[in-house]
Amino acid sequence: MNFLLGAFKPACNILITFSDAKTRKQVPMKKENGQMVMVPLFQSQENIAGKISIEPLQGKKIEHNGVKVELLGQIEMYFDRGNFYDFTSLVRELDVPGDIYERKTYPFEFSTVEMPYETYSGVNVRLRYVLKVTVSRNYGGSIVEYQDFMVRNYSPPPSINNSIKMEVGIEDCLHIEFEYNKSKYHLKDVIIGKIYFLLVRIKIKNMDLEIRRRESTGSGANTHVETETLAKYELMDGAPVRGESIPIRLFLSPYELTPTHRNINNKFSVKYYLNLVLVDEEDRRYFKQQEITIYRLQDS
Amino acid sequence: MLNGTEDEEKWLAEGIAGIQHKAFYMHRALDSNNLREALKYSAQMLSELRTSKLSPRKYYELYMRAFDELKRLELFFKDDSKHGVSVVDLYELVQHAGNILPRLYLLCTVGSIYIKSKEAPAKEVLKDLVEMCRGVQHPIRGLFLRSYLAQISRDKLPDIGSEYEGDADTVMDAVDFVLQNFTEMNKLWVRMQHQGPGRVREKREKERSELQDLVGKNLHVLSQIEGVDLEMYKETVLPRVLEQVFPDEYHLQTLETLLGACPQLQPTVDVKTVLSRLMDRLSNYAASSADVLPEFLQVEAFSKLSNAIGKVIEAQVDMPAVGAITLYVSLLTFTLRVHPDRLDHVDQVLGACVKKLSNIPKLEDSRAMKQVVALLSAPLEKYNDIVTALTLSNYPRVMDHLDIGTNKLMAMVIIQSIMKNNSCISTADKVEVLFELIKGLIKDTDGADVDELDEEDFKEEQNSVARLIHMLYNDEPEEMLRIICIVRKHTMVGGPKRLPFTVSSLVFSALRLLRQLQGQEGDIVGEEASMTPNKIFQLLTQIIESLSAVPSPELALRLYLQCAEAANGCDIEHVAYEFFTQAFVLYEEEIADSKAQVTAIHLMIGTLQRMNVFGVENRDTLTHKATGYSARLLKKADQCRAVYACSHLFWVNDQDGIKDGERVLLCLKRALRIANAAQQMANVARGSGGPVSLFVEILNKYIYFFEKGNKQITSSAIQGLIELINTEMQSDSTNPDSVADAFLASTLRYIQFQKQKGGVVGEKFESIKL
Repeated sequence: MNFLLGAFKPACNILITFSDAKTRKQVPMKKENGQMVMVPLFQSQENIAGKISIEPLQGKKIEHNGVKVELLGQIEMYFDRGNFYDFTSLVRELDVPGDIYERKTYPFEFSTVEMPYETYSGVNVRLRYVLKVTVSRNYGGSIVEYQDFMVRNYSPPPSINNSIKMEVGIEDCLHIEFEYNKSKYHLKDVIIGKIYFLLVRIKIKNMDLEIRRRESTGSGANTHVETETLAKYELMDGAPVRGESIPIRLFLSPYELTPTHRNINNKFSVKYYLNLVLVDEEDRRYFKQQEITIYRLQDS
Repeated sequence: MLNGTEDEEKWLAEGIAGIQHKAFYMHRALDSNNLREALKYSAQMLSELRTSKLSPRKYYELYMRAFDELKRLELFFKDDSKHGVSVVDLYELVQHAGNILPRLYLLCTVGSIYIKSKEAPAKEVLKDLVEMCRGVQHPIRGLFLRSYLAQISRDKLPDIGSEYEGDADTVMDAVDFVLQNFTEMNKLWVRMQHQGPGRVREKREKERSELQDLVGKNLHVLSQIEGVDLEMYKETVLPRVLEQVFPDEYHLQTLETLLGACPQLQPTVDVKTVLSRLMDRLSNYAASSADVLPEFLQVEAFSKLSNAIGKVIEAQVDMPAVGAITLYVSLLTFTLRVHPDRLDHVDQVLGACVKKLSNIPKLEDSRAMKQVVALLSAPLEKYNDIVTALTLSNYPRVMDHLDIGTNKLMAMVIIQSIMKNNSCISTADKVEVLFELIKGLIKDTDGADVDELDEEDFKEEQNSVARLIHMLYNDEPEEMLRIICIVRKHTMVGGPKRLPFTVSSLVFSALRLLRQLQGQEGDIVGEEASMTPNKIFQLLTQIIESLSAVPSPELALRLYLQCAEAANGCDIEHVAYEFFTQAFVLYEEEIADSKAQVTAIHLMIGTLQRMNVFGVENRDTLTHKATGYSARLLKKADQCRAVYACSHLFWVNDQDGIKDGERVLLCLKRALRIANAAQQMANVARGSGGPVSLFVEILNKYIYFFEKGNKQITSSAIQGLIELINTEMQSDSTNPDSVADAFLASTLRYIQFQKQKGGVVGEKFESIKL
């Protein structure tokens, strides 16, 4: 229906503006068509308020059965296209049925909206927040306008943040001990650590540290797991000898990370892993993967 | 493999092209002040350095290209008005690069600017850089990267007086940094040699040597750090530098710097080990090839080391003796290897050691003792020739500091060395020194516990000394005499236990000199009084007399007889007579043991028989004495044998030898009488016959003189004697004696044989009827 309507000129322009649009931070967001748009950024418990103005095309009147604005939190699974799971849905009725002859502006406000999940756009799943304005009509279909906005939630630094330390190896072949300074990192954090070579009997060519994102969607038999390598960071070039210790310093800021999401609305999870990879001269790979937690720290 | 060089050229060209290509984009980004692009393309450009295909030489070319580009990049980074990013942020930004090698090159570049900006203490930035560079473990790439780090940080060390000077310990930081970088480079460099299959080992080595300079640069930097004062230098720098396995020539060339501060080190620093290790390594290096020796000379390695050690020892009063001596041993080894021709060096070392040792009481530390022995043995081993060591004036002085046992040991080592190399000590001075050295063997040392001496060891020692005396020889009689005098002087104080060993050697040595003199007799014209045989004989008398203190009369007697014979050779009658007199006196007064008497008698008779120097009177006196002694021996059999031996005293087969047939016969008859008496005594005492063999022996004498033409010995006398013997043998009382039977049988066979010879002899023997 919407699709059909798009073919014609809409009967009116609907403009959604936020009351603090001038001061609110705008962040880029990738739309479905791949275009980047700037959208306002919110966080949970904020008031979302603004105005909606409806302006009929010149000289036309709009006959409607009511105007409403909805705040929707949706999870969209790509393999289940078209199905949205609304985990949040708030409605404000803006107008009773009637006619609009000229531009008409409605203020709206959703106060202290609970938005527990962050906006997320992954390989198989998308979580988005949107304002949806609907001008209901009897014929010709309703007129609908969407305004995306983004939600990010911040966490305080974790009270317990142990380092990750481990000794691994292949008997009589390779023994290493590695250490990452924390198990929980914020998005702009730096991973500091070192790798200590206890035994080296293979000819190592190089060593990388990878950041991998594991997105799992669905549940039970329908679980889809998608793993992406977001960063491949060379830690070492050449073959170390026994006793050598190689430093790790990996800045997370250049990478497009999101916080770790665990079991969002029973629909999906996003987890991050550090994968230490050693490659020998025959291109055999030896690796060890460790999960890290990523969180969003309030910018100071 | 064949066109390896060609391929390499190709790869190098590709690499350079790659760098140029990326640099072009980088320049464009720089010109448009586009930091992001600049970072991107510079990283790409630097990625060309990730190649493993090039030899160090080619890689260096590539590196230089990149280096030049990095300088441009540095200028851009420096000017934050162009890119608007603070250096701190920049420092982080470059670390976003995914590949480590480009990342670290960029990091170093920005790091140098960071230091310059003084937004962070230089030491921290440097520490960070040098740590981060650990990520590159590939030897060639790592070496070049670290060399780049060294290069760009050179003028930014937090040295004293530098604008980057920090608060405390700032120089220390600079040194730490350089040292750490240096250490890591060395590790990489060393690692190169273990890479690759064996067949390319040689190539590797070549490559490694090409990279030496890279590593060595650090030392230059180090030496340029002004704030390094001596103490700190030695306390921290040197030990760490020395830990490194790196080319010895570096040590050599930086020797002065290295040594400069040694003495000022804290006592806690094990400077001894450091220095010894250094010297050992340098010696090995010197030994490795003769080509490097000029280098040592050039840097005056010895004098520097020597001075340094002297100062160290002076400064570190508490250093145990063993430490100091170890140092000297190392130095000695060093100089022996490096300057084998410079004996003065060796002596100098020993002298220094003496000086050190004289400051401390007698060494008691066994380890120190061992070191001293090592010190003393080293020149011996090196030169294989004690003569060389003898010219070292300090050598004996060092030996003085050994304990008695060790001293002896050392003396033995010296003697063995002489024996082994068959070296002849030919001047009196050297002999003097030598005996000074081995005096532990020559005489009792004060406080030596005589009881503890092992008899066998002692004998061996003294035998060695005796052998040694024979090694002292000079063709020049005068010098030889001097040598003998010196040896005498030393050996005379050896005490009764040693004299028997040494005196005979000495006597024979002197006798050799005599013969030598005789050989040259013709040449000696108007010889000074000192060199007459008489003089030597006097000396000999004195030497032998010393044995009276032992006492060792048998030995003395033999030596007198030897001397008498020598005097006979020299045709000096009175001297010969004197020696015989001495011998006889000894016989009468000192030799009481009957067995010894028998031996002595035969010796005297034998010697006397050969004498031709005596006039009738003297000879009569002596022969009379000798026969008299013979007849007074205890056992009849001994008497008998001695008497028939005396018969020879009256019959010398020489041209003008005495030939007194009558007295010969008298002696033989007397012998017969004694034999008879012996026979009877045996019958009485044991109821059985005595030894028939005595008769057979006398028979042999008869035959001998008969054959020699003694008219007094007649065939009938011989015949009578044979009959007598036969009767004796067949008598009941005689025990069967197979030895005597055989003896008789072969004697008779001899007569038979002579008979059959025919001619004069045959005729003569014909008259004997068997």
